[in-house]
Amino acid sequence: MSKSENSKPSKYLNPYIGGVLLGLVLLAANFVSGRGLGASGAIKSAVVSTVTTIAPAASEKTGFVKEFRQSHQGNPMKTWLVFEMTGVLAGGFLSGALSGRLKFKVEHSPKITSKKRLLLALGGGILFGFGSQLGRGCTSGSALSGMAVLSLGGFITMVAIFGTAYALAYFFRRNWI
Amino acid sequence: MGPLSVNEIISENTNLFLAFIIGIGFGFVLEQSGFSSSRKLAGVFYGYDTVVLKVFFTAAITAMLGLLFFSLFGWIDLNMVYVNPTYLTSAIIGGIIMGAGFIIGGYCPGTSFCGASIGKIDAIVFIGGLFIGVLIFGLGYNIWDGMYMAKFLGSPKISQTLGLSDGVFAFILIIVALSMFWLAEWAEKKFPREEY
Repeated sequence: MSKSENSKPSKYLNPYIGGVLLGLVLLAANFVSGRGLGASGAIKSAVVSTVTTIAPAASEKTGFVKEFRQSHQGNPMKTWLVFEMTGVLAGGFLSGALSGRLKFKVEHSPKITSKKRLLLALGGGILFGFGSQLGRGCTSGSALSGMAVLSLGGFITMVAIFGTAYALAYFFRRNWI
Repeated sequence: MGPLSVNEIISENTNLFLAFIIGIGFGFVLEQSGFSSSRKLAGVFYGYDTVVLKVFFTAAITAMLGLLFFSLFGWIDLNMVYVNPTYLTSAIIGGIIMGAGFIIGGYCPGTSFCGASIGKIDAIVFIGGLFIGVLIFGLGYNIWDGMYMAKFLGSPKISQTLGLSDGVFAFILIIVALSMFWLAEWAEKKFPREEY
């Protein structure tokens, strides 16, 4: 058992209280908008917005943009998830400001360099971005929100995400512990 | 009554404004729970910090029970709530790729925005990676759209698939979650922990 656990209280919210509050936010999203929370969909909007600006004619012909257009008309940035994720940035900033955690830094295990951490963050981001499109949503949109509405796919994706991360944890342990 | 926007009780623009407010709540709770720290998030995979498991499952159960009770009281029509469709192949393969991204990158998309909001440079770089990953998926869409669309099962509920009522399934999930919380508390005592 570590010293820190006994000698000082955690600087973070109790996780069970945090979980109930997050659940209430998710419930509010379903009650207000008939949908759950999400994150990767906002990135998708940004990508669609970028490619349709750079190459309008060519990109509208691609299956990816066509599929996006089926569910979103008009400006690709005027979507529920883009507004929600802008709120996440504001809410996170507010919380960090209130708790004195606003600071530019690269967080990493002392066993690796900042440069290695950033390369791993980039690689992990690329994989997560790709996987979130294939899986039709990420930990928020597919796993968490899917579970709340008892979606079979949501449970399957949740098990696949956490199962794979546990299976690979041993090989990447130096990066974290 | 609910869902308000689907029933056109609120306008589309009000819906988008409320999305922003809901997002503030989402980001605030994630950050207060410590989800802005990649080392804290990764702790769940080594047992030294299981905050992810506790917050994630408590949230899923709270929202699930809330929806079931709201439906029981007639406050929400669950038929109008979006249920994620199930494409079996892509749900599994997409999940596996995301799991690898999680243990390598230390964030998921939602938590990376949370980390970026308080100045975590690794989170900002992760978001850059997300953008590239989504772009690669879009550019090569014709290569994997067969896999993307394979084994479509509609939008079944897991309770239907298992032949249980929603309530019985919810009850079982709560028992499973409580067992995992017990295991998580045990793991945190066993493995050394720092505050990040």
